[in-house]
Amino acid sequence: MAANIGPRRLVVGAHYGLRDWLAQRATAVVMAVYAIAVGVYAVFVLPPGYEAWAGLFVPLWMKVATLVAIGALVYHVWVGMREIFMDYVKPTSIRLFAYLLTLLWLAACAVWSVQILWRV
Amino acid sequence: MSTAPHTKNRPEFKNIHVTQILSYRLPAGGFASFLHRFSGALMFLALPFLLWLFDMSLVSELGYARLAEVFSSWFVKLVLPGLSWALLHHLVTGVRHLLLDLHIGIDKQAAARSALVVHFISLPLTLLAALKLFGVF
Repeated sequence: MAANIGPRRLVVGAHYGLRDWLAQRATAVVMAVYAIAVGVYAVFVLPPGYEAWAGLFVPLWMKVATLVAIGALVYHVWVGMREIFMDYVKPTSIRLFAYLLTLLWLAACAVWSVQILWRV
Repeated sequence: MSTAPHTKNRPEFKNIHVTQILSYRLPAGGFASFLHRFSGALMFLALPFLLWLFDMSLVSELGYARLAEVFSSWFVKLVLPGLSWALLHHLVTGVRHLLLDLHIGIDKQAAARSALVVHFISLPLTLLAALKLFGVF
């Protein structure tokens, strides 16, 4: 490995590629566990109707767990969308603009989800 | 901008451009992977719509009741099964990717087989989810 990196080979980058790659997988596991647990519980255990559904999100730990899952979602989506833009949008200005829109979109969704959860 | 020396005449391997997609016959793995990406982008765009539904379901008894009204529109009837597919396909192919990362089922035959199996899992589950959403059971 190190033999490849001689004095004539320039190694650049912030090394966030591996970090994002790992984070994408870790956040995927968090979301999968949350989605399967809540999905199975809501479909097979929870009685139908508003009372039971809203009651599920009343305890603080459930709000926190949901928000953590949404946080994982935001990071995961950011890595994925960034990957798509890197592959298909070549002009730098348009790509950076797409990144910006993605971040704003995700930030807005995250803030909105806090409002939804803490109003229950 | 810094460039390394000795970069002349190296072969370049670029990603397939969107406009070239149809002229390639993707193997099963590539197809599942493409749909993984597509379903992810779909859910990204639908995020506000899903939050809107989530909001309505939790805001009040009245909002919860209004969901039935929303579900009865033909547009939502079209969109929700689509998003159910996106979620289930993304989840199932995601688990497949995680297993491949762990070097499980990484040889050619096994990977090609699992790339087909994901559809046999995600499509029936989508059908069940759609039936559940519209109160068939």
